[in-house]
Amino acid sequence: MALILTVDDSASMRQMVAFTLKGAGYDVVEAEDGQKALDASKTKKFDLVITDVNMPVMDGITFIRHLRTEVNYKFTPILMLTTESSSDKKAEGKSAGATGWIVKPFNPDQLLAVVKKVIG
Amino acid sequence: MAIDMEQFHQVFFEESFEGLDVMETGLLNLDNGDADNEEINTIFRAAHSIKGGSGTFGFQSISDFTHIMETLLDEVRDGIRDLTHEGINVLLKSVDCLRMMMTAASEGGDVDDSEVKTNFDALQNILGSESSSATEEISEPAADSTAQASAETVWKISFAPHKNFMQFGNDPARIIRELATLGKLSGHVDTDNVPEFTDLNPEDMFLSWDLELKGEVTKEQIDDVFSWVEDESDISITAMSSDVSSQTVKKQTDATVVKSEAVKAPVKAKPAAAVKASDKKEKSTPASSSIRVGIDKIDDLINMVGELVITQSMLSMLGEDFNMTRLEKLQEGLIQLDRHTRELQESVMQIRMVPISFTFSRFPRMVRDLSEKLDKKIELVMHGENTELDKTVIEKIGDPLVHLVRNSVDHGIEMPEDRLAAGKPETGTIQLNAFHRGGNIVIEITDDGKGIDKDVILAKGIEKGLVEAGAKLSDQQIYDLLFNPGFSTAAEITDVSGRGVGMDVVKKNIMSLGGAIETHSVKGQGSIFSIRLPLTLAILDGQSVSVGSDNYIIPLVSIVESVQPKKESLNMVAGKGETYKLRDEYLPIIRIRDLFNVPDAKADDLEEGLLVVVEADGKRFGVFVDDLLGQQQVVIKSLESNYKRINGVSGATILGDGSVALILDIPSLIRMSD
Repeated sequence: MALILTVDDSASMRQMVAFTLKGAGYDVVEAEDGQKALDASKTKKFDLVITDVNMPVMDGITFIRHLRTEVNYKFTPILMLTTESSSDKKAEGKSAGATGWIVKPFNPDQLLAVVKKVIG
Repeated sequence: MAIDMEQFHQVFFEESFEGLDVMETGLLNLDNGDADNEEINTIFRAAHSIKGGSGTFGFQSISDFTHIMETLLDEVRDGIRDLTHEGINVLLKSVDCLRMMMTAASEGGDVDDSEVKTNFDALQNILGSESSSATEEISEPAADSTAQASAETVWKISFAPHKNFMQFGNDPARIIRELATLGKLSGHVDTDNVPEFTDLNPEDMFLSWDLELKGEVTKEQIDDVFSWVEDESDISITAMSSDVSSQTVKKQTDATVVKSEAVKAPVKAKPAAAVKASDKKEKSTPASSSIRVGIDKIDDLINMVGELVITQSMLSMLGEDFNMTRLEKLQEGLIQLDRHTRELQESVMQIRMVPISFTFSRFPRMVRDLSEKLDKKIELVMHGENTELDKTVIEKIGDPLVHLVRNSVDHGIEMPEDRLAAGKPETGTIQLNAFHRGGNIVIEITDDGKGIDKDVILAKGIEKGLVEAGAKLSDQQIYDLLFNPGFSTAAEITDVSGRGVGMDVVKKNIMSLGGAIETHSVKGQGSIFSIRLPLTLAILDGQSVSVGSDNYIIPLVSIVESVQPKKESLNMVAGKGETYKLRDEYLPIIRIRDLFNVPDAKADDLEEGLLVVVEADGKRFGVFVDDLLGQQQVVIKSLESNYKRINGVSGATILGDGSVALILDIPSLIRMSD
C-alpha cells in the first residue's frame, strides 16, 4: 500500500490527516516540521508528501525546495495545505516544486478525494 | 467515509490554547521592543494555525475572528504596517477574546458577543477602510457558470504540457482520468514532438492532447482539473455548443481573475456576532484532562520496561531449575529487579512532571496590565522556568502565585515618584525564581519595593486582637500575621488586591500541597516570599516507625532528629501536658499510642521508646513511638477516597509485606495537640 508523509506543526491537523489516510488503508508517517520531514524522507521512500506551509524550524516551501533536489523525490507528488488567503503561497509553492495544493479548511472526504486522484 | 472530527477537538483546543499563550508572550516582547522578525513570524504562525484548525474542525466564528488578526499580523510581518503600542493592546485584547471563544467552544460556556464585536471592530479599525469596503463586496464569480451547468455542453480542450511537466510530480494521465469523470471524453494524442529514441529523455514530456468533453459540465469544473498545472502547460478550453457563446479563454488570464477573487473572498467573513446560532453547535462536553509528554521520557520508560522484562525472564529461567549453587545468581537477579523497579518508578513519575513555565507564562501579561492600571513602572524578571513540578502541584500553585505577584505589584512596588524620592530607580523589579533545593522545589517572589513594616503589622495584629498587646514576637511570627484570615494592611482597598481575603487562602493552598511559605523583608528595600513545595504528591520519603503492632510513616521532610529520651529531661507543665527538654528547648510530647488508642503499644515509659523530633509551622514537637524501623519511599494512597478523612493522618500506604501503614500528617497533629 502507498506510503504517505504528512507534515504539519499542528498536532490536531496532523492527526486528522493521518487518521483519515490510515482509515483508507494508506501507511502514514507524521513529521512536525520541514526539517524532521526531510530527515524522514531519507529513511523511507514515500509515494506522496502532504505538507503544511507555515511551520517553525523549516517552513513547507523550503522543505519542498529541498525535497525536490533529492533524486528519489524528483517525480513524487507533493501537495501543500494552504488557506485561501495565501494564494501567493500557491505560486511560491509551485515554483519550489509542489505538485498541487489542498485548500484549508477541508474535510476528510475532500482530502481523500484529492489523495485518490493523485496516487489512486 | 464518515470520520468523527470530535476526536481531534481535545488536541486542537490544547494546541490552540498553547498558541494563544505564544501569541501573548510574543506580543508582550514586541511591546518591550526586544523583538525581531522571527518573533512576529512566530505570532503569525500561531494565529495561522488556530485559523486553519478552527476552520477544519468546524469552529467558524473562531476562524473568522482569527482571520482578521492574521491579516493584520501578515501586514506587520511584510513590513507594510508598524505595530503601535495601541495596536498591541488591541491584539492582546483579541487574544483574550479568542481565549474566551475557545473556552466556550471547549467547555460549553457562552460567548460574549458584544466583546467579540468590540474586538472585531477594533481590529477592522486598525486595518482601515480598504478592508472594510471589501466586506461589502461579495463577489459572485459563478453566476453565469451555474446557468451553463444545466445545459449539456461540448467542450473542446487542447492540453499541451510543457517539457518539464513531470518534474513537479504531475501526471497527464491523472488529469485526463479526472476529466473523464466529468462527462463523456474523447480525443486524440499528438505524438509529433516525440524525438528519435536516442534523443529521448525519459524525464521529459513530449505529448499533447486534443480532447472533447461532452456533458453537463461548467467551465469552472474543467478549470479546477487544470488548476495545479496551469503554469506548466498550455491549455485552451472552448465551448462548442450554441447556447453558450463561443469563448476561448486563455487559461493564464483567467487565473489572475480567480486569484483576486480568492483574496477578497475571506474578507466576507461576518463578525462573529452574527453567527451565534452556529456556535451553540460547537459546544462539546468538557474533556478529560491530558498531559503532554516528551518523546524522550516515553523512550526512557520503554527502555526501562525492556530491562525489566529481561530481568524477569532471567529470574523465571532460574526458578525453573533452581538449586542452592545458583543462590548467588538469584540474589544478583533480585538486586537487578530492585534497581529496575526503582528506575521504572522514577521514569513514570517523570511523566507527570511539567515545567513551571506553564504557570509563569501568565505573569508578564498580568504585570504589564496591572502596572499600566496603577501607573507604576515594573519590570518582571523570571528565572528557572524549566524547573519541573508535578502536574497537580503546577495546577494548584497557580492561584496562590497570582495572588502573591498581585500583592507585590500593588503593595510592594512604590509609585515611580516615590521610588525616585527614595533614591531608587524609577522602574521597580519583581523577580520570579524557581529552583531545586534538597528534595523540594522553591519558588521565590522577590520585589525591590518598600518592604513590610513590622511595626505596622504588629500594631494591626494587636488592634485586630490576633496578638496580645506587649507580646514579643519573632520576625517570622509577625510576618505570619499577614496570612491570618481577615488581615489586610492596605490603607485603601483597591480592586487589584487587598480585600482582606486571600493571603490566608494562599497559605492554606500551599500547605495542602505539603508545602510551606516563608517571608523575608527589609523595610525600604523589598520583600521575598519563598514557597517550598514537594516535587510530587504521589510519592513521599518516609521514616517508618512502630507503635505496638502498627506501623506509621512520618514524612522525612518534617523530621528534625530522633532522640533516646532521658527521664530527667521529662517535665509536666500544668495545662500543657508533657514536655521534653532538649538542649535549651521544651518540646511538647505527642504520644501516638494515646492519640490513636493503640492497645498493644510496648513503650509506656519514655525511656523504653524513642522520641522523633518533628517541625511544622515553625513549631517543634516530640512524637513518641516504640521504635524506628527504616526509611523508604512510599506511594501515597488516599484515605479519603478509600475510607474517610481522619485528623492527623494524611493518607496510607502499603508496605512491602502487604500490610497497611498510616502516614502521619505532622502539621495537623501539631494543631490537634495545641
